[in-house]
This record gives sequence, C-alpha cells and structure tokens, in this order.
Amino acid sequence: MAMTKASPHSGDGLAVRLRGVSKSFYGVRANDSVDFDLAWGEVHTLLGENGAGKSTLCSILAGLYRPDSGEFLFDGEPQAFKTPKDAFAAGIGMVYQHFRLVANLTVAENLALGHGDLGVRISQKDLEARAAALGERYGLPVDPSALVWQLSVGEQQRVEILKLLYRDARVLILDEPTAVLTPQEAEQLFKTMRQMAAEGRSVIFVSHKLHEVIAVSDRVTVLRAGKSVGAVATADASPKDLARMMVGRDLELPTREARDSYGDAVLAVKNMSVLGDRGNEAVHDVSFEVRSGEVVGVAGVSGNGQRELAYGLVGLRPPTAGTVLLDGDDVTATSVLDHIEKGFAYVPQSRLGMGLGPGLTTEDNLGLKAFRNPPFSIGPWLKAAAFKEQGATLIDRYDIRGVRPGLPIRLLSGGNLQKALIAREVTLEPKVLIARSPTRGLDVGATEAVRNHVLSERDRGTAVLLISEDLDELLALSDRLVVMFDGRIVGEMPAEDATAENLGLLMGGTVSEAG
Amino acid sequence: MNDWWWVSTLAFGIGLGTPLVFATLGEIITERAGILNLGVQGTMLVGAVAGFWATFNTGGGFGLFLGVIAAVIAGALISIIHAVLSITLRVSQIVSGLALTLFGTGLASFLGKAGADPLVGEPSRATFQPILEGGIAEWPLVGPLIFGHDILVYVGVLAAVATSYYLFHTRMGLSLRSVGEDPASAESAGINVARVRYIHVMVGGALSGLGGAYFALKIVPTWQDDPIGAAGWIAIALVILSSWRPYRALFVAYAFGFAQFLELRLQTLGEPWNSIPSTLLAMIPFILAIVAMIVVASGKRARQLGAPAALAIPYFREQR
Ligand SMILES: Nc1ncnc2c1ncn2[C@@H]1O[C@H](COP(=O)(O)OP(=O)(O)OP(=O)(O)O)[C@@H](O)[C@H]1O
Ligand SMILES: [Mg+2]
Repeated sequence: MAMTKASPHSGDGLAVRLRGVSKSFYGVRANDSVDFDLAWGEVHTLLGENGAGKSTLCSILAGLYRPDSGEFLFDGEPQAFKTPKDAFAAGIGMVYQHFRLVANLTVAENLALGHGDLGVRISQKDLEARAAALGERYGLPVDPSALVWQLSVGEQQRVEILKLLYRDARVLILDEPTAVLTPQEAEQLFKTMRQMAAEGRSVIFVSHKLHEVIAVSDRVTVLRAGKSVGAVATADASPKDLARMMVGRDLELPTREARDSYGDAVLAVKNMSVLGDRGNEAVHDVSFEVRSGEVVGVAGVSGNGQRELAYGLVGLRPPTAGTVLLDGDDVTATSVLDHIEKGFAYVPQSRLGMGLGPGLTTEDNLGLKAFRNPPFSIGPWLKAAAFKEQGATLIDRYDIRGVRPGLPIRLLSGGNLQKALIAREVTLEPKVLIARSPTRGLDVGATEAVRNHVLSERDRGTAVLLISEDLDELLALSDRLVVMFDGRIVGEMPAEDATAENLGLLMGGTVSEAG
Repeated sequence: MNDWWWVSTLAFGIGLGTPLVFATLGEIITERAGILNLGVQGTMLVGAVAGFWATFNTGGGFGLFLGVIAAVIAGALISIIHAVLSITLRVSQIVSGLALTLFGTGLASFLGKAGADPLVGEPSRATFQPILEGGIAEWPLVGPLIFGHDILVYVGVLAAVATSYYLFHTRMGLSLRSVGEDPASAESAGINVARVRYIHVMVGGALSGLGGAYFALKIVPTWQDDPIGAAGWIAIALVILSSWRPYRALFVAYAFGFAQFLELRLQTLGEPWNSIPSTLLAMIPFILAIVAMIVVASGKRARQLGAPAALAIPYFREQR
C-alpha cells in the first residue's frame, strides 16, 4: 500500500484539531470543552482517570458519538461525522475498548464487513485469501477461516487493527489496547504502532500504564473530569509527572510489606480438576494452600485454566475430581450460596454480567450478596432503607465516583465498577477472597485504591488468591506465587525468589520446575 | 390409486407447505437482521386480502399476476409499521409484532366486508393451476410429486435457494447477518444498521404477504374471514425448527404441510384412524408454536439452535 497518501497535509500539518468539544450523557459532562491537537506521524496518548472521558473523545473522533458542541477539523477541514462510516471514509478508524467483532463470523468475514469495494457476490475463498495477504503485509498473522470467538484476545485485537489497515485508515485510534495483552503481545503492538507512525499515519493511544505511555508515544494529552488539562511531550515527562497531571496529587502504587509468619491454611485445594467449556479438562490435578493473612498469586497467560480454577473454587463449576477445604471443612460439592455463606468472596474478571447486575442501581448491587439477611430483608420483605444506608457508606468509603441515584450501575466507568464490586465482596468480611485481574483497565488512582483494599484484607487475616496476568501486580502484592500452564501448576515459589523473568519462562511452558 | 394415496398426500403436503415456505423464509430474513416480527399472521392476512382483491377485480392469468404483486407490496408496506416501532422507536419487538398481527387481522377482515360488494363469500375469479397437464405430470411418483405443481410452488423453491445464496454468498447477506449478530460491531464497520433492518423487515413482510395470497388464490379460493388458519404462527415456529436456514425451512414447511394434509386424510381412512379426534390433531401446530416461543424466549437455548445473537434486542448506538 502506497504510504504517500498520508502526507498531503494542509496548512498547520495537523491531522486532527478539536476546540471546545463537549458531550453529555444523562446530564453528565463526559467531555467538557476539550481541546486536542493530533499531528501527522505521531503516536499521541490520551491519559486520564477512569471516567475522565477518553473513550468518549475517541468515539467522537470515530463518528460513533456526535458531539453536542465544539469544532472538529480533520486535516484542516471541518467535519461533522454522522456515523462511523463517515469517519472511515475520511480515514479515521478505531479499535474500541470492548472489541467490535462479530463473534459468529470468521476473521475474513469480519475484515470484509461493510467494505465498499467488494462485488455483490462474495466467496469465502476470496475473502480468506485477501485476509491472509493483508495479515502478511503488516506482519500481523491471523487465521482467516477461524471464527472470531475461537481466537484469543490478542488475536482478536490483531483482527481489529487489520480492519483499520484494510480500509487504509490514516488516523488509528486504539482505546486501551494493551489492557488485554501479554507483555510480549504488547511489545509486538508497539512495534506496529511505531511502524504506522513512521508511514505518516497518526495513532491515538489510550493506556493507564505510564511506562508504556512514555515508551511508545511522542506526546500526551491529559483529561481530567472531562476537561483537557494540557499536552506534554513524553521526552520531558516522568511517570510521576504524568500521574500528578492526571489525578492532581502524587501517588505511589502500594506494595505488600513482608511478614514472617502466617496463620493456618484457610483454603486447601487437593488434586482438583475442573472441566472447561468444551468438556476438556481445563484444570488438571491442582493442589495448593492459602494461609490466613497471605496473598497467593496465580500467574499465567490468559486461557491456561485460571477461569475454571476460580469457578471450581467458588462452586460455579463443581470440580470433577479432588477436594476444596475451607478451614478443614469439605466444600467441594456445595452450592454457590453455601460458598458465600461459609465465607468465600469472589471478584470475577467480567465486572458487568458476572460480577454486577448491569441494569440494577449501585445501591442494589452493593447489597446483592447480603440481601437475604437482616437488616436488608426481614422475612420476604426487602428493606430499601438498609440498602440506601449501606450504599451511601460504601460509596463514600470506597470512593465510588459517578453514581447517580436511580440509574443503572453499568453507566459507571470501569474503575468505579471495580471499586463497587470489591466493596460488596469485602464488606461481608470473607475468609477467602478470590480475585481475578482486579486492576485490569483501572487508572493509577483506582489501581492504588484496589491494591490497598486487597492488602488490607490480607492484613485483616483473609486468605487471598490473586489470579492475574499482570506480573507487576503479582510481584507487588503476593507473598507466594504459583504459575499455571495448560491447566497445571508448573511452579511455586515465595515472593522473594520470584522475578518477571523466571515467572515469564514458567508461564510460557518452556521450563517447568519438576516436582 | 389407493396404493398411491401417500404419494398424493405428499404432493398435497407440498402445496399446503408452500405458503409456509414463503412466510418462514420471510421471517428468517427478518430475524437474521435481529428483528423478531410476531406480525407474520397479520401480514399474511393483509397479503391475502390484497391478492384476492386484485385478482378479483381483474381475473385470468394476468389477474393472478397482479394478485401476487399486490400481496407482495401490501405485505412490505404493512410491515413498515413494525419497522418504525421496533427499529426507530425501539419499542419491545414482542409488543410491536403482536400489535401488527391484531391490526392486520382486523384490517383484512374489514376490507373483506367493506364496500357495496363485499368480497366475503365470493369465489376467486382465478386460481393457480398446475403448469403441466398430462405428460410427465402423470408419470408415477415423480409426476405428482415434482411436475404436478403450480408456479408458486416452484417460486417457493427458488426463493429458498435465492435466500440461502443471498445470506451466505453476497455482500448484502454478510451485512445482514452481522447486523443480526452484533449491530454495534456492524455499525462500527460502516454498516447502516437501521437501513439494513428496515429493508429486511420489508422483504420479510413481502414474502409473508405472498404466502397469505397463496391461501386465498389456491388453497381456499373463496374469500372468508379466516382464510389462513394459524399459518403465521406456524411460520414463526418453523423458523426455529429450521435453525434460521433457508433449505431447512423448505423441508420443515413441506413436512408441516404434509402433516396437515395427513390429518385431513386420516378422517377418510376408516378404522382405527378416524377415531383420533381431529381437534386433537388440530392442536399440534399450536403446541409446536408455543414450544417455539419458549425456545426463542430462553436466549441461551435459542443461541445454541443458531438464533442471531442480537435477535429482539433494540439497538441504540450511544447505549452503554
Ligand atoms: N454511552 C454512555 N451512556 C451514559 N454515560 C456514559 C456513556 N459513555 C460514557 N458515559 C459516562 O461519561 C463519563 C466518561 O466515560 P468514558 O467512558 O469516556 O471514560 P474513560 O476515560 O474512557 O474511562 P475508562 O478509563 O474507565 O475507560 C463517565 O462518567 C461515564 O459514566
Ligand atoms: Mg474508556
């Protein structure tokens, strides 16, 4: 593809110029008079807390949302996109935070979707050949005949990026692309991004990981509570500076304080096996213990049985073999409700859907585990006042922002959803807390808060099982680490012996600690 | 003849199944766009009255042709009601579809009785006849089964072939499927979701209208208040039985037509067959329809059977 196309800039050489762009939802100003300049050939990061309005701004640029007011110049020309199609036609494409691929179609079909220059008739073979050729040209290999739901998230993202390149997008918007990637996949993505910029395209990048932001982008625009607070060149900024611009104060991500004695084993898992979605054995013969006051981190590349491990432990999917003991009591075959009553708390990976009821209010969600007992219900009657009171306390104590009375919780930003979820789980004072990727997609402030909550549970004497793909987080919080690969535990070590390198090797399945 | 009674039963079954073929294909197309249209019954009735009226006022082969055109247009137009309510106004598709059925039923009945010379009780001035008389149409077995039908039976088969090709081998078909599976993704790939949905609700209505007209111009060629029985409801059930696939729709529609004819036939066969109460047999389609509704309502089971993932869910672009 000839890349000369991206160069003919007009006057100011800016790809995008926004002035005073605003957008409200239900009375909340998601974007409040935002100014933003994007130069051709740069990688430009949008930085901001959860709910600061980054995704909203991206969606305006991509034609998905229409701004309420403001000026939008693309390559010097005023724009008023009505649909994503218009934005595509102009040369702006976006990879959304929640992917927009049709799960039941093949990779090739997804790439071809809505593409104007196909004839009326299409053949699978043609589409697949085109897709393969495209993947090759950009060094983003994909299996064109695979159905999208069969792909890993990393592969799905590759398809999303190819979708943009297929249409020769000149401005690529990537909304939190690295939240779902392994470090290696992220590295690969950064190479692709730099290559795009070198070709004269512009890339808008959103991430909460400050070291990434500094490594990959040329400039950063910071949003705070919907307003743009300024742009800086990354060459002149440290992660600390960026964090301060973002939250308006200094912050430090907490790490655990080592301790030399732990309580008794609270959670003991012996030879547990759990089936996966397709009837395969996703967890195979796994044994470990978590003691009171201890965080055990489970490291592993996504899809190696972590989800089924959690399901097996909390009773969502009864193990096919082995036992799960809580304080010596066998809870293996009991119901989810039994697990809750015995003291299991669970923070699942999918916040909306599994963790929270998207259509319920925040207060109702916060009471969703305790509602069977007084004071939340007396006999068959729910006590609205108790929900309200607890809601107000927890919203305050856990700093859950953006709550609007009577409106469904799904309108909150990711970080605030996560805080609500943790608040609900922890307020029941569980004996065991099982958390999966609890800070995925959260801003530094929210990450700090969530990490603090996890650590204070540990210090309270809870046995914490932290299942995560984020090695930084595992190393910062865990007292002990186990590594999962292909449904098995392939390594176990105290935090003192763990490094990103030796964990990474175990996670890749290339070495295993025999025995 | 008696040895061959089941051949003629099968042949009649194909005839009785043909309006179901049209309506089922129509509803498959609509549902593939993610819109559940429970207005099929009403749409078929409106198609029936329009087709009957157009033919009644002209007559002859050309009259039949006009009848078909009128039915198709009437079906497409009446289904715009459902399109506006469910796509633009995002009303519950269940409610909107039921409203369409009530409206269509009333409208057809009213039009049949309106005016100085009401249609009701009048025989059709023309009906569809087999294309071939004698010759290969009289050959044993294949004659009645394959060559003995009127033109719309063959049009029905062609419609199934065309629908299948359209869905799986054309660009519009790909857009259609993506809109039914995941409208948000389709839209961000540059597809105009509302337009795709409007078009296919109307195409679905057109096919339902045609199915209705086949009743009035062939199966029961005298205008009456209730010319189509419960065919619209059966078609909705058949969509599920066909797993939203056109060729299977052809098959299940014929099977259903065959079962209906068998029910009539049993009465004439003597002991012990005629001792089965006909009301019991007449219930079968409704039981089937209820089971089908339950399946659609239970999202997960429907997905396993191949229902479009976004079926019956209103789409709102700025929704979180
Ligand atoms: N479609 C929508 N409907 C209602 N409210 C919305 C919608 N989109 C965003 N909001 C609200 O607008 C604000 C900004 O949200 P946005 O998703 O842009 O934040 P963000 O910076 O991308 O956050 P995150 O880091 O969590 O992704 C939030 O308060 C959010 O609740
Ligand atoms: Mg966002």
